[in-house]
Amino acid sequence: MAGSQTQLIEGLNALTAGLILLTAFGMVATRQVQGVMRFFVVQSAFLAASAFLIGFNRGSIHLLALGAITIAAKVIAIPWVLKRTLPGDLYERREINQVINIPSSLLIALLLAIAAQFLVSPLLATTPDPVIHANLPIGLAGILIGAYSLIARREALPQLVGILAMENGAFFAGIAIAPDLPLIAELIIAIDVILIAVVIGVLTRDITHAIGTTEAATMSELREEPQPWR
Amino acid sequence: MALIVAVSLPLLAALLCWVKPLRSIAWGITVFCLSISFAASVITAGQVLLNGRAIAIPNWIEVDGLGALVVLLVSFVCTLAAVYAGGYMLHSSQEKERLWWFYCNYNLLAFALIVVPAFSSPNLVWVGVELITLFAILLVGFEGTPTALEAAWKYAILTLMGAPISLLGFLVLYWAYHSSGGGTAETWAGLSAMSSTMPPNLLKFSFLMVFVGFGAKVGLAPMHTWLPDAHSQAPTPICAVLSGIKTTVPLYAILRLLSIILASPEARIGNWMVVIGLFSVGIAAFLLLQVRDYKRMFAYSTVEHMGIILVAAGFATHGAAYGAVSQMLNHSITKSLCFYTAGMVLLTLGTRQISEVRGLFRTSPFVGGALLLCSLAIAGAPPFPIFLSEFSILSAGLRSGHNVAVAILATLIVVAFVAIMRHVNGMLFGKPEATAPVERVPLSCRTAVVLAAVPVVVLGVYIPGPVHSLLELAAQQLGGH
Repeated sequence: MAGSQTQLIEGLNALTAGLILLTAFGMVATRQVQGVMRFFVVQSAFLAASAFLIGFNRGSIHLLALGAITIAAKVIAIPWVLKRTLPGDLYERREINQVINIPSSLLIALLLAIAAQFLVSPLLATTPDPVIHANLPIGLAGILIGAYSLIARREALPQLVGILAMENGAFFAGIAIAPDLPLIAELIIAIDVILIAVVIGVLTRDITHAIGTTEAATMSELREEPQPWR
Repeated sequence: MALIVAVSLPLLAALLCWVKPLRSIAWGITVFCLSISFAASVITAGQVLLNGRAIAIPNWIEVDGLGALVVLLVSFVCTLAAVYAGGYMLHSSQEKERLWWFYCNYNLLAFALIVVPAFSSPNLVWVGVELITLFAILLVGFEGTPTALEAAWKYAILTLMGAPISLLGFLVLYWAYHSSGGGTAETWAGLSAMSSTMPPNLLKFSFLMVFVGFGAKVGLAPMHTWLPDAHSQAPTPICAVLSGIKTTVPLYAILRLLSIILASPEARIGNWMVVIGLFSVGIAAFLLLQVRDYKRMFAYSTVEHMGIILVAAGFATHGAAYGAVSQMLNHSITKSLCFYTAGMVLLTLGTRQISEVRGLFRTSPFVGGALLLCSLAIAGAPPFPIFLSEFSILSAGLRSGHNVAVAILATLIVVAFVAIMRHVNGMLFGKPEATAPVERVPLSCRTAVVLAAVPVVVLGVYIPGPVHSLLELAAQQLGGH
């Protein structure tokens, strides 16, 4: 009985892994600022769900606490903080400028997900644990896809969400490979993530006040120009 | 005990600066607290020399030789930069009402910098390095001008992108430590004791992730692009801290991890470090040739020196490790002096363009003399300390058989030397432009420059016994054979 329950939980965990990858693709495919934000909140909820599942399976209080911290920080606090610090028009139905169009972006994201699987395969060889086999490749894929959307998007808020989605990827791998990390470290890391959101939020607000736009593409005053030899 | 004082006083200073009635004397509080912190870190270094390590809270906050060296460097640079900031910010800042906020944030940055080498757990080191980045972002954009904010944004995106990548690296490191039977508390000392039994695949993956994530913060090419922007736009005392010590601290974490990997017999990555380091030195040397802004010039020189330290660590011998840690020390003290001087030039003439500065010796002999001294020192001319450490790195490389790498490195150092001296030559000599308004440099800036110049001059001709023993201890932690 206990065996089949473990199998069920591992299956459910693999399902959340797939859903996290889907939300990462969703963030790449969305053209609206608001939509990117919603996908991030959903992804964080799946991350918390996976922490609860693994925590329940292994009887680990740490992971249950980490799931609760994730919900408090990423599903509630960060969206709220960003709503408070950022001017409202950043949230309205704005379309994001992309350097690369969406179908090509999705293809690149798919390639990154496959690359992640290859990159971690020497690590997976060291353990038979099915939870690690589900979480580590998807976590790395989340990091890589987040990094890609950060590079491809030229707008402040989606770039911030890209960083936070990368954090989600790192945490998703982390709950599988380092489940007994000291709780204090987890707590400090969670606070750190909120601080990132606050600092970037404040910076974005200042930029909107000073320049009037948050399109990163328009900020290109600083660059190196060659000079003739004197 | 001294270590606790050294770590906690910047935090106390940040709190005091925030209290409303004390906001008007924020500068005094900052200088006072940071000086005590510096004195405490000198005592800590003494304890490390006597006992091998200084322990404040076992398994949490403790330093060995390498940690004590970096703590000492951080508190030295932060204290002098705070002294410098007094006159500089009053003179040049457009935001005089918010200066208390500047000092509050500055103390938080100093706290984060000093706590990273003091932490003995790698995961907390990650948190500390992220805190450094966050506080530094706000200080880079302090003036609130469009270009300052642009620099802050570039800096934020490029360095924060590294945060999740390096987090995964540290988590994999934790996994490696536990799967091979490590105890509950993961510390640097515990990791290096276990280095030969941990699975090499996990170690290599972990190092790769941390290297990519922290490499952006160190400013290694090709992730160096934020560095010149941030350094040309941030207030000068912040540049001195960013360039002198903020790049060194993540590099310290990379070197710590590298020493663990190098001790593992199957992971051969020393030569990769040499290649990546040489790439940084090369990019920086050729960008130095064509730079037009003297603050950017010193920023590229930082990229060059970070590359040199990485090359030395890649050689992986004891002699090269000694060269790497002394290069760390010499670069920190010299580069902060360079930025203090660059700030004085900016205050005197009000321009950052190299081509608009002429005949500085005639305009202001003090500023001109300081510029000549610091550029000779940073370019690596004898008898300055950087010459000595670069020489010991090159000779250690030859002894370990890296002849090609040493030849390339020596050539690139010469290119960088010529580039820097060429620009500085134009700034110092010739006829000053008559129309240029000349401002007097505030007393606190002059004081900071004189104090910062003392070790740069002294360490070139005479290395005191305790400093040498501390460097030896630090080099032992870096390993090598």
